[in-house]
Amino acid sequence: MTGAGAVVASSLDLVFQTRDGPVHALSDVDLEVAPGEFVSFIGPSGCGKTTLLRVIADLEQPTGGTITVNGMTPEQARLNRAYGYVFQAAGLYPWRTIEKNVRLPLEVMGYPAQERIERVRRALDLVGLGDFARMFPWQLSGGMQQRASIARALAFDADLLLMDEPFGALDEIVRDHLNEQLLALHARTGKTVCFVTHSIPEAVYLSTRIVVMSPRPGRIIDVIESPLPAERPLDIRESAAFLELATRVREGLRSGHSGPDG
Amino acid sequence: MHRASRLMRNVLPVAVICLVIVAVWYVAAVGLNAKWERDQAARAGVEIGWAEIVPATMSQERPVLPAPHQVAAEIWETTANKRITSKRSLVYHGWITLSATLLGFVMGVALGILLAVGIVHNRVMDLSVMPWIISSQTVPILAVAPMIIVVLYNVGISGLVAKASISAYLSFFPVAVGMVKGLRAPDGMQLDLMRTYSASDWQVFWKLRWPSSLPYLFASLKVAVAIALVGAIIGELPTGSQGGFGARMLNGSYYGQVLIIWSALFGAAICAALMVGAIGVAQRVVLRRTGQAR
Repeated sequence: MTGAGAVVASSLDLVFQTRDGPVHALSDVDLEVAPGEFVSFIGPSGCGKTTLLRVIADLEQPTGGTITVNGMTPEQARLNRAYGYVFQAAGLYPWRTIEKNVRLPLEVMGYPAQERIERVRRALDLVGLGDFARMFPWQLSGGMQQRASIARALAFDADLLLMDEPFGALDEIVRDHLNEQLLALHARTGKTVCFVTHSIPEAVYLSTRIVVMSPRPGRIIDVIESPLPAERPLDIRESAAFLELATRVREGLRSGHSGPDG
Repeated sequence: MHRASRLMRNVLPVAVICLVIVAVWYVAAVGLNAKWERDQAARAGVEIGWAEIVPATMSQERPVLPAPHQVAAEIWETTANKRITSKRSLVYHGWITLSATLLGFVMGVALGILLAVGIVHNRVMDLSVMPWIISSQTVPILAVAPMIIVVLYNVGISGLVAKASISAYLSFFPVAVGMVKGLRAPDGMQLDLMRTYSASDWQVFWKLRWPSSLPYLFASLKVAVAIALVGAIIGELPTGSQGGFGARMLNGSYYGQVLIIWSALFGAAICAALMVGAIGVAQRVVLRRTGQAR
């Protein structure tokens, strides 16, 4: 199986040494994400979902177990620019216009000038910001800034998109809208997405697979395949299948909370 | 109407403050110069009252504190009415000081930025250099300047470059401290983003750290240019009379020509204000072009 998965982790462990003693952020995590999947990681704060994403991105080093990204070590994958990362906040550089923010990874990775222009335009159109290219980040709303940061992660050819609660700070209406757009984007591009969230409806609506995690130590307690069809209008969230899935996730989260150490 | 009210709001307070300062100055001039008039009158055996004293204090040849209009007249006389190549021209002396200031400023800014870059990128430099930078500014420059001038003279450096080195000695400090802060301004997420692109150190510096530091740089430059001027003037004191505001002040105090000192003082202040203003303009242009001035 190795080499086939976009992300393959086995018995992954990560212990942070802090002043108050060791913190077990990840414990015995086994996971395989196939190419083209949309996998959500859900759990309460401290369950290690962001840490897991950061390990995949080579922003944290595991203390045990093995992990491969596109069949390589995370570091090789990072050096090969195998993934785009979307952070909790948009984190646009305030001194660059929207188009120049989207151009940033292309500059760093040395794309030729003509190709940069085309890619920036394509990425901005993909998130519906084509008309705002020349604006500075402070002139845009929070939702638009977050869309720009997604365009920035899409501008270069990475098959893997790592998203760390990208819509956590946005209001519900904007979030619904962006969820819809993200789903369409996933269908259109066929990229693999690893998506961290603490919203059950968001996870259920977006994912082909939901990974439920639990804290102290951070571990996977359930992996749920979504029976929902690929085509998902927003009102699918009132369907019986959706609610059943949401209930299963909620129960998974609850059982994690009242576990032996909770 | 709107325009007029804005004029009132902005100009009026400034004008009032200026008027108050001038008024206080006139009162102080009368008070400080009155003693000389009374002594003169007593020596001549005449009785004089305030009605005679006040006008007399306005036009003394060697006042303790010259009146504002005397200083203004002296500045006008030594700028507009003298050829700028004349040794009595304030513009001539001003340029001597200004050229040393600007050279020293450029040297100091370059040194400050280089030190900051080193400190931010190298842990050993961070630990070892910073204490020296701080202690360099705790020694009184007035005492150190003559030594620096003498040492530089002995290795063959004198004149402009020697004076500029005093300016650089003072002006590198705010730039180094400000730029260390500025280059460290990017937060963890902005740095992580660069890491996900596997950007080189040079790219992180040029595309993230440097633009982040610009607001800090301009704030530092304003402080640096003002003290660069102070440094150039101090550098002129031990070298004697080659010219410049410092030499002018020194001469004025040798010969008791208070007006010369005051006009040199004002000349220096005006130069400093112009330079700080120029940096302010540059700051506005750069920050507007990078969307950081709203």
